[in-house]
Amino acid sequence: MEKHCTDSRVKGVSTGTTILAAIFDGGVVIGSDSRASIGGEYVSSKTINKVIQVHDRIFCCIAGSLADAQAVIKTAKFHLSFHSVQMESPPQVIAAASVLKDLCYKNKDELQAGFLTAGWDKKNGPQVYVVSLGGMLISQQVTIGGSGSTFIYGYVDAKYKPNMSKEECLQFATNALALAMGRDNVSGGVAHLVVITEKGVEHVVVPGDKLPRFHDE
Amino acid sequence: MALANIFETPAPGFNFDNTARNAALEGLFDGGKTPKPLKTGTTIAGVVFKDGVVLGADTRATSGEVVADKMCAKIHYISPNIYCCGAGTAADTEKTTDLLSSNLTIYALNSGRNPRVVMAINILQDMLYRYHGQIGANLILGGVDCTGNHLYTVGPYGSVNKVPYLSMGSGDLAALGILENGFKPNLELEPAKDLVRAAIQAGIMNDLGSGNNIDICVITKQGVDYIRPYQESQYKDNRKIKYKYRPGTTPVLTEKVIPLKLEVVQETVQKMETA
Repeated sequence: MEKHCTDSRVKGVSTGTTILAAIFDGGVVIGSDSRASIGGEYVSSKTINKVIQVHDRIFCCIAGSLADAQAVIKTAKFHLSFHSVQMESPPQVIAAASVLKDLCYKNKDELQAGFLTAGWDKKNGPQVYVVSLGGMLISQQVTIGGSGSTFIYGYVDAKYKPNMSKEECLQFATNALALAMGRDNVSGGVAHLVVITEKGVEHVVVPGDKLPRFHDE
Repeated sequence: MALANIFETPAPGFNFDNTARNAALEGLFDGGKTPKPLKTGTTIAGVVFKDGVVLGADTRATSGEVVADKMCAKIHYISPNIYCCGAGTAADTEKTTDLLSSNLTIYALNSGRNPRVVMAINILQDMLYRYHGQIGANLILGGVDCTGNHLYTVGPYGSVNKVPYLSMGSGDLAALGILENGFKPNLELEPAKDLVRAAIQAGIMNDLGSGNNIDICVITKQGVDYIRPYQESQYKDNRKIKYKYRPGTTPVLTEKVIPLKLEVVQETVQKMETA
């Protein structure tokens, strides 16, 4: 296994990813690619799951070191579940984001993981939060993350409109992921998308060959 | 949590007691380095088939450029329905899987339930993550439980992935080619065993750190079939003479017996209360 490790800043398996989340009229779409790499050269998994459910209507996307992200998410799931039992009601999306932020900030020296949290709660409806590497927490309408995000800032800024319909937003997200996967070497595989609304949760998986093509002849 | 007597959480942080010992040892070796840890330089593979999981491994353990063990067992027992292949540092994979096996057995006895593969994976992940990659264990864990047939991989930093087929170790790329080509969902038993055998064979042929025999372990709902070896190396050595020496081969010239004088210093009697 040592031969796979080069001087990547992330030790072990990295998600080297493209993740995004966007609010539409009545819900939120959160999605990611599915590639995990070691050292930026070896694809250790073509089908890794980066969109993880932390509660009934709250999902998180992970970026950075896979081991760190999985460990943080595990802890966060437990804390959130406990909090939800104590409060006798489903947690707010901000609660999930805060738990992640707390873990990332307090352990910023040891951890290399960033998260997008998206979900729906009764009080504030659909929300998207970003917890970055050092533990900053901000709320946004639409956000992208991971190494592949650098290639789609222009697309997202130009094409995102508030209050899109669910179908428009899904198409926007699929296009954005496809564009990023097409340009970033450590993003790829399939596009995992999750649509969260008051009514429930819907998983959409777009296999690599069904992704929209952009000048790919 | 429930059943907290399983894992006594060790004191936080690292224990550096051995660094003083290592420094002292280094002095003893006349400027040379302390012995390198034994790495298994391995090819291991696993495949989920229709009725269960097939795990395979080569049997070579290397220490630098020398083959230290030609019949090393790399498929470790975890529980009656779960087995684990280990690549990386031999001691780490051995001890980690031992610890896991003990903890799962205690859990099964305490809870009255058969262990599930996800629980094994969670324990492994927690343990390896806590050591931040210092434990060099790349493991493929496969098993059959009430929820189905599962195959997982755990990396040394604690990352977990659930997969239908996988190979690890220094020969992983060679084996992965065979697996990628031959894998289909819901294979039958014989094609699955042959696929794993072919994958390990590719690793043995194309990687210097892998070699000798191929072990196969088939886990199904009915039970486990641990075939060791499944395929023997065609380059087996034939010893020319016998190396066992019968007693009396070396003549005894003199014998001196010194009895140890022991004094009874203290004697206490404690009655056992059985009432």
